[in-house]
Amino acid sequence: MILLERLAPELLTAAPLLVMRHVSKRYGPVVALEDVSATVWPGEVLGIVGESGSGKSTLLRMMNLEDTPDAGDYTLALPEVPGNLFALDRFARRQLCARRIGIVYQNPHQGLLMGHSSSGNVAERLLMAGERRFATLRARARDALDVSEFPLNRMDDPPRLLSGGMQQRVQLAKAIALEPALLLLDEPTTGLDVSVQALVLDTLKRLQRDRAITMVIVSHDLGVIRTMADRVMVMRRGRVVEEGLVDQVFQDPQHPYTQELVHAKL
Amino acid sequence: MSPPYSTLANLTRPWAAFSYGFLDPSAKREMRRKMIKAIAVPGCQMPYASREVPIARGWGTGGLQVTLTLIKPASVVKVIDQGADDSVNAASIRRFLARVSGAAETWDTLAATIVQSRHRIPEERLRDDQVLVLQVPNPEPLRPVQPNMSIARQMHADADYGRLWLVLYEQMVRSGRIMQGAAYPALVNGRHVMTPSPIPRWDVPKLNMARHLTLLSAGREKRLYAVPPFTKVEPLVFSDVPYKVEDHASLTCYRSGLRGVFMNEIPQAAGGSLHEASDSHLGIKAIRRAEGEAVEIGPLWYRDGEFRG
Repeated sequence: MILLERLAPELLTAAPLLVMRHVSKRYGPVVALEDVSATVWPGEVLGIVGESGSGKSTLLRMMNLEDTPDAGDYTLALPEVPGNLFALDRFARRQLCARRIGIVYQNPHQGLLMGHSSSGNVAERLLMAGERRFATLRARARDALDVSEFPLNRMDDPPRLLSGGMQQRVQLAKAIALEPALLLLDEPTTGLDVSVQALVLDTLKRLQRDRAITMVIVSHDLGVIRTMADRVMVMRRGRVVEEGLVDQVFQDPQHPYTQELVHAKL
Repeated sequence: MSPPYSTLANLTRPWAAFSYGFLDPSAKREMRRKMIKAIAVPGCQMPYASREVPIARGWGTGGLQVTLTLIKPASVVKVIDQGADDSVNAASIRRFLARVSGAAETWDTLAATIVQSRHRIPEERLRDDQVLVLQVPNPEPLRPVQPNMSIARQMHADADYGRLWLVLYEQMVRSGRIMQGAAYPALVNGRHVMTPSPIPRWDVPKLNMARHLTLLSAGREKRLYAVPPFTKVEPLVFSDVPYKVEDHASLTCYRSGLRGVFMNEIPQAAGGSLHEASDSHLGIKAIRRAEGEAVEIGPLWYRDGEFRG
């Protein structure tokens, strides 16, 4: 749907936002990623599917600069960081992640400070970027939570007292508080029940439509990818086995593994 | 048998003290080196060995080791505990210092060359020939937000102090004002955040661009840091919520009649409470002056509850 709304030539001529080339990573004898390349255009949603251990989360961690690969390079089309992002030092990396990349983890414990208030969690992101006015922090935390459709009467409760769906909304608010250039979603709805899952996906979808945020979404749930993504990458054993438009890949899978995956779902 | 033959006793020199000030020379040397490092990087915590001293850990061993290293027979020491010179802990530390080094004891801030303190900085302004030694129970300002000390050290290296404002943010949200009373975190020299030891908010501005050297030492945690003279010490604040010291300007000491200094509240059996000056010797001097004695009171940091710098 999103794709149809955009003019085809625009998509073809625009420069990609994210380019990752020939990324490989091994953990000892385990091959996590083998020569993976990915490109994401501005305003696009890229889905990554694959079985557990296929390297999709590792790839997302690389995109969030949490880990460095053995080989390969990674660029984002942002004025402040022209070169290979893997070559940045710790400090520049942290600054870039805080200001330009938002991430929602599958496990809220990874992305949130469970003992601090929800609005404080969102404010922390703004504090990392150097905001030091209390009134601004408060207002922007409230706005971000509101956009994520978080019930504002609970904005000062700590996440450990919230339901799973609400915790994901806090993570989302934190991720979008600084209007990032890139939003990474690591299994954002896994572990939620189906109705809450639908609501969270609704929010994500609306956000994407309103703000045209570039997203990379990792999931093993083909339904989620089908709803959210424009393009999909299928991964297996650290390699990309198939890549293409979502409809095309799911309707007419070429690779035997993708065929198996699509049929298993159906 | 009788001399001349050699015994161990007549081969060695007669016994004399090897060192003074309780610590042996190698311990003092390590302390000196660490103190110089700490002064070179204001506010940065330096690890040190923290020797055994004859008081219990947590009772001021860190401050005591620094004082024992700095002390000379010509020194004059003042030791205060919560502003008082006569509390048991202050008195026994001061007596110990005098006994092992031959230094003179005093209660008077103006006469002291070394002031070792717990929880307070004297109300009379310190001079550039004085050294303030503060006892620190917990030297790590990041501990409330990061229990893992290895990561906390990385955060110091990255100057990643956003989470300290998160604590202040939550205090503002919960209570409408900043509730941090003692050990208010402060940015030293624009780089390292330190905890100024559990001194009240009232005392933190006294460290900013001060004429005296401040050494802060935690014996149990084995960390030492310093605020050199004329160094910026800025308490962490939001730019739209100004830093406020305790509102003690309107209180009067019921014993000495002093006003505009930090007060201790003394609850009364009949309800209500009285206040007395926390800096006990300043109170004593004020009383003696009122009785007609010629007592010198130095210039104060605060006038009418306003910091004068």
